[in-house]
Amino acid sequence: MITFSKQQLKVPEMSKPVYLVTGGMSKFGRSIPEKRTEELVIDSFIEAAEFIGKTPADLKRYIHSCYYGHFADHFGDQLLGESVIHDRLGLDPLGNIGIKTGGATGGSTLWEAFKTVASGYSDCVLAMGWERMDEVPTDEGNHYIASAADKDWETPLGHIYTGYYAVMAQKYWQVFGKEEESFRKTMAEIAVKNRGYARMNPHAQGPMKITVEDVINSPVVAHPLRALDCCLMSVGASCAILADEKTAYELTDNPLLVYVAAGSHTLRVADRRDMDIPLLPNETPDQYKDLGERFPGGDRYPGFTGFLAARMAAYYAYRMAGVVDPNKDFDLVELHDAFTISDIQSYEDVGIRPYGEGRTYVESGDCYHTNPYTGKPGELPANLSGGLIGNMHAVGATGIMQTIEVAQHIWNRWAEMHGDDKKWEAFGREKPADWTDLQVKGAKRGMAISHAGVGSHVTSTILVHPDYQLERRQS
Amino acid sequence: MSTEARGKVRVEGGKYRLNGKFHYAFPNDPIRNEEGELMGVTNPRDVTHIHMYGGEAPFFENLSKGKLLGTKCENPDCDAHGSVFVPFRIHCPDCLWKNTIVDMTETANKGASVHTFMITERTGAFNTLEKPIRFVNVEFEGVSTILMGYLPVGEPEMGMKVVPIFQTKSPTFTIIDLAWVPQGTLESELPEGFSFG
Ligand SMILES: [Zn+2]
Repeated sequence: MITFSKQQLKVPEMSKPVYLVTGGMSKFGRSIPEKRTEELVIDSFIEAAEFIGKTPADLKRYIHSCYYGHFADHFGDQLLGESVIHDRLGLDPLGNIGIKTGGATGGSTLWEAFKTVASGYSDCVLAMGWERMDEVPTDEGNHYIASAADKDWETPLGHIYTGYYAVMAQKYWQVFGKEEESFRKTMAEIAVKNRGYARMNPHAQGPMKITVEDVINSPVVAHPLRALDCCLMSVGASCAILADEKTAYELTDNPLLVYVAAGSHTLRVADRRDMDIPLLPNETPDQYKDLGERFPGGDRYPGFTGFLAARMAAYYAYRMAGVVDPNKDFDLVELHDAFTISDIQSYEDVGIRPYGEGRTYVESGDCYHTNPYTGKPGELPANLSGGLIGNMHAVGATGIMQTIEVAQHIWNRWAEMHGDDKKWEAFGREKPADWTDLQVKGAKRGMAISHAGVGSHVTSTILVHPDYQLERRQS
Repeated sequence: MSTEARGKVRVEGGKYRLNGKFHYAFPNDPIRNEEGELMGVTNPRDVTHIHMYGGEAPFFENLSKGKLLGTKCENPDCDAHGSVFVPFRIHCPDCLWKNTIVDMTETANKGASVHTFMITERTGAFNTLEKPIRFVNVEFEGVSTILMGYLPVGEPEMGMKVVPIFQTKSPTFTIIDLAWVPQGTLESELPEGFSFG
């Protein structure tokens, strides 16, 4: 049983508030052979500038330092790829740095950008993320991804990251899902939902109109996960501009407060040791006493079923932003749905549901834009962008894309950014005849979770409309 | 390309002594679209890396001798005092003392069981294991961690008792020299090159 010190559990303190000013993203695809990475990066930067009525040159004049999220040098086949991007964006002589934390790279890039503004070092920063995973065949791509596991203890075992991950899915499936057909269907519902929402998103790579049966009948990847339970492999870029209060209001009349926190856990799942569950503000010490009785085999925390890094990212971020109950305090979330089952696991890690009860977030209809059982707005819609399953997982860009998607709802500009016929045409994609406006009405606060692999790094990015701040309590 | 020529390394007097070829160069090929326009080029390469095991070397050496080593924190002032680590950790993750090497072969033979598992047909480039791969995550009595490995014989189940087997006949000196089989498996049923140690 391991413990953490008071110092380690301190709620992060920032010297000044930080605002999200704007953001943008490129088209996402499995392959985009006609463009170099920097062209996609520039596409996303131009979208961010135009979103606040600026030219790229105008916006660049405000930027003081730059944060670049790009996970895989192997895939990019270019060390210091960040410097190439920085040069092509014409941002010399500004200080810049590359950030890589696996699947959480996008979120970690925002984390660095956030702290830079909060500290006063820069008044305005660029957080830009990208990935290009289309320049090797899939099996070599699998090897590259598996190279992010421990090269002596894991990678030689099949060179297949899904395998290292799927053992956790199997444990959750048996212990908390109890191998029930109903649980299998709940997993599939997430895939149907996210691919369905992706149909309304012109950027999205994987839109599909499918049924639960389609998911359950898709090819097995690693039982119980099937092909349609898994996220995409993508090419694309996304960026965000963060600033202090004065600069933010010079650039736009509607910036959003942003808070970012990060957690981590062992790179090898094998090294996880047992501990007490660190509690979120909406949990009590007693509520997990009988977890092992209700779910035999579920008494080891985090075992192979919880993500401590996600729990800690929420632990810090909720207290920074004054969040008590994510269901009540947020109007929407974008979660890291790498696999349908890990999406369910993260509902628990971030306190949307207690440990063991993640499935009810889907089964209640709360996770939908419109609750299919009541016809009313979902309590906390999740992954309206399509998520990693329906929209994209261009690793370094993912956490930033999720954040910008949440922001566009709070800005009440979701329909403008997703419904524009010209954008559909420019991306060479056909806007569906039943295109639906997924704007969450009256959205004021939301969160994006960015997550690496088996849970080595996770960030929580919280966005708050400045007129709707939460009261910060002492924990 | 002949494998005889492939690079080999010895350490002598604290220095690497290299023999043979460590990379092979191949020409690029153009990539064109259906109109015949140039879109890019291929960048072929073949490189041999050198990788040192450092303080983990005894673990990989002993797999070839049929032994499973772990480590233990013996710092009396450490919160993790007495914790046994498999995977082998050179230093205690809490106090950073140099851990003591312990032979876990007997413990594994008596009380290892499958914590979770996974069967996959998919592998990445450079995989050498037979498909499907049955991943097993193995817990032992008295060990604070859960080791990942594979099960080349039988079908995995949670809680199933397993014993370690070792690639002692033609070791690769990598983690794939260690595998697991259901308790009661006969020596004759083991994959080629493997023994109970
Ligand atoms: Zn120690």
